Amino acid sequence: MLNLIGLLAQTESESLVPEAPAYREGSYWFPEAASTFAKDVDPLFMLIFWVSLVFFAGIVGFMIYFVIKYRDRPGHKVEKSASHNTALEIAWSVLPGFLLIWFFVDGATGFFNMRVTPGNAEQIQVIARQFNWEFHYPNGDATTELHLVRNRPVEFVMESRDVLHSFFVPAFRQKQDVVPGRYTYTWVKPTKEGVFRLYCTEYCGDSHSLMKTNVTVHNTQEERDQATFYPWEDETPIKNGQRLFNMKCSGCHNNTDVKKTGPGLGGIWGKTETLADGSTVEVNDNYFRESILNPGAKLVAGYANQMPSFQGKLNDDQIFWLRAYIKSLTPDAKIEDELNLPASEAREKVGEADGEKPAAE
Amino acid sequence: MSATPQAQKLFGHAEENNYLKCSSGIKSWLFTLDHKRIGIMYLIGVTVALFLAGIFALILRSELFTGDENFLTEAQYNQMFTLHGAIMVFAFIIPSIPAALGNFVLPMMLGAKDVAFPRLNLASFYLWMFGTAFLLTAMLTNGLDTGWTFYTPYSITTTTAVIYATMGAFILGFSSIFTGLNFLVTVNTMRPKSMGWFKLPLFIWSLYATSIIQILATPVLGITLLLLIAERVMHIGIFDPAYGGDPVLFQHFFWFYSHPAVYIMILPAMGVISELISVYSHKKIFGYSFIAFSSVAIALLGFLVWGHHMFTSGQSQLVTLVFSAITFSVAIPSAVKVFNWLATLYKGSIKLVTPMCYALSFIFLFGIGGLTGLFLGTLSTDIHLHDTYFVVAHFHFVMVGGTLTALLGGLYHWWPKMFGRMYNDFLGRVGCFLVFVGFNLTFFPQFVMGSRGMPRRYARYDPEFEIFHQASTIGAFILGIGILLAFGVLVHAVFFGRKIGGNPFGAASLEWQSSSPPSFHNFDHKIHMNAPYDFGAMVYDEEMDTYIQRDFVTPESPEVPAAEPTKA
Repeated sequence: MLNLIGLLAQTESESLVPEAPAYREGSYWFPEAASTFAKDVDPLFMLIFWVSLVFFAGIVGFMIYFVIKYRDRPGHKVEKSASHNTALEIAWSVLPGFLLIWFFVDGATGFFNMRVTPGNAEQIQVIARQFNWEFHYPNGDATTELHLVRNRPVEFVMESRDVLHSFFVPAFRQKQDVVPGRYTYTWVKPTKEGVFRLYCTEYCGDSHSLMKTNVTVHNTQEERDQATFYPWEDETPIKNGQRLFNMKCSGCHNNTDVKKTGPGLGGIWGKTETLADGSTVEVNDNYFRESILNPGAKLVAGYANQMPSFQGKLNDDQIFWLRAYIKSLTPDAKIEDELNLPASEAREKVGEADGEKPAAE
Repeated sequence: MSATPQAQKLFGHAEENNYLKCSSGIKSWLFTLDHKRIGIMYLIGVTVALFLAGIFALILRSELFTGDENFLTEAQYNQMFTLHGAIMVFAFIIPSIPAALGNFVLPMMLGAKDVAFPRLNLASFYLWMFGTAFLLTAMLTNGLDTGWTFYTPYSITTTTAVIYATMGAFILGFSSIFTGLNFLVTVNTMRPKSMGWFKLPLFIWSLYATSIIQILATPVLGITLLLLIAERVMHIGIFDPAYGGDPVLFQHFFWFYSHPAVYIMILPAMGVISELISVYSHKKIFGYSFIAFSSVAIALLGFLVWGHHMFTSGQSQLVTLVFSAITFSVAIPSAVKVFNWLATLYKGSIKLVTPMCYALSFIFLFGIGGLTGLFLGTLSTDIHLHDTYFVVAHFHFVMVGGTLTALLGGLYHWWPKMFGRMYNDFLGRVGCFLVFVGFNLTFFPQFVMGSRGMPRRYARYDPEFEIFHQASTIGAFILGIGILLAFGVLVHAVFFGRKIGGNPFGAASLEWQSSSPPSFHNFDHKIHMNAPYDFGAMVYDEEMDTYIQRDFVTPESPEVPAAEPTKA
């Protein structure tokens, strides 16, 4: 318990989890049905529910009736009755079996609907990491909230960058674990416009319960493209960096100085950090870059070596943008003028200053 | 009629020379080889574990009263639910009925003096102590935040004390194996010659089936946990994808034990209920052989369904299909038991005393727990319900509504035998009522929020679930008060209860053919073999305020009254 008490001193910072959409009730037991799978799940659920209720009412009804009728009281005696009745016992063992076969077949049919993707589905790549989601669309856009088109089947090709996660949208009735080291797949065909909740539902660590985002189902492809489009070249490096930070880093790092799984990155620029071996390091361009590409090299004291390397996952432009954003989180850090220009222009300026060609994206 | 003087001695309240008083001092308990004392020590141990993990549950439920942070950070919440689960499962439920009640009752039901290996029995208790100590060490050092399932790769990368905790579970596994081995050998070798397999009380059948699982499944858990430790320390690359391992393999290994372990938890409970229903209906159990074989069927089928914990894990779809099919087959033997219990009530003479209230409560709660399993065995509905609160509610209905209810019922049933004193039956029933109401209020709303999409293991949740969480939290406190009252009534009885004779409830199984509390040697006389559910062989003796066998009624009594008692 001691360590639990020690942790009480921590406070949480603002969360990047989008606000929950209003709950849209479908029936007493289910949220509104927003995909084709609701017809595989809801009616079968209700069938099992009513069959169970009949059995349960029967069991409890007989139980109460017997307890009242045969209760111990003056003058009441145990009546003679059979101690077994093979025919009856075989009957009540075998007959419910037919109901079970019905449930099994119906459930298996629905399951294969939920697991076999139709050939015309578009593919969206899903990257799950502690503790957020990243979605990559066929046209190259990427977002942290999911955007779909109504009535268009979509296959999710999912990978995890660290531990187990699970992709769950209650309104779609669909769920699939995301497993590190392999791809897993799932698909849906959304049928209703609107905003729905997407949860991680396989325990994945500290902020598991904040690993949730929204799914927006759009009426047309144009609306979806508008929602996912982001003009990297026309925005400033600071803004680009913020978008990347939200997508890649915010699961474990706050943009304030509050510690999360990793250190908070607010106000960190220029600071001198103490490493696990007692030596110190100044947070500057080189240390920043090294910490992204080789996070375990100079670990700040008090943190476990659990950040995955982003070598090959972030290119030089992206690291430059991230640097711009993180630097902007330190109020007294000197922000170069070009960081407030559109990214395409900023790149040229930096290139001129350094006397070398900037890396192409 | 009057009882023979011999009966007074054999079945009366034993003040002197009973197992509690035959020797004294702390060493006489710590080094005892007496199965009764070991059972009592186990009982104290598992009760402490129950209360500790129960307090964690109340802390969890308090935090969940609203969806935002109240007083626990996310990390603290994760530690709380992990410790709640790990202590409840490994240190409480698995040993509860077999090692505490079973230890006391099993040898006596067989008319034996002790278990086959008394030293192994004591070793099992000490392993339980060590294992639990390791779990507590994990809690006191770095905490544990993996969930009781230790899923990889999170359990490999987390900085919390995974190794202490898995060592604890490993040691507790051996404690469980020792108990199972002991019971198997005891039942096979130490019953009287005339006691055939089908003359065993059904509690023995269920413990026997449980022991088979304990011996065959627990080693797999041991291997898995050792591999996990090796993976954490040496990166052998079996579970960790970073080193070429497969995290889903861990789930297969883990559930290969932990699904059968579910039956380690529920089978003994079903055995207890078979005894209670029969004794308090004063009627032979209906369909003895179907109940007996259903225990064995559940134990064997239980080995073949582990994959139903993994329908969404990414295992192959064909495998998923097969596991779903086999899972349904387990439903049948479970249902058979319930139907047979109902048929036992039919035309009986039902006494609504505390143990019977728990038994009826068990049928109600286990009924819900079992039937909701159908939603989870069915593939398409499971995809939606998997890892939501629906699952949480389902297994609590089985594990708490089932096993804990049966444990309490069993304690109330055998308590007068253990301590020779009667509890306050009215307060006992009040406790049972509170447990029943509190339990339903806690867990029923969880079905609804689960099917509405509330995921498990969430420290923070969306606003639409708040009303259900609040009902659940209020229920949890009522449940807590009920359990506290139930144990309070029992403890009070030990010191202040009315002294009572050997067989206050008119039960026919052999453990009641002794004084209360039993003497050190269990039986001071040659046992009179009678069938475990032949209640006609027992007559009530007013002078002694207990039931005795007809053989001990003096022959000169003019007429032997019918078995029907007026008072228990």
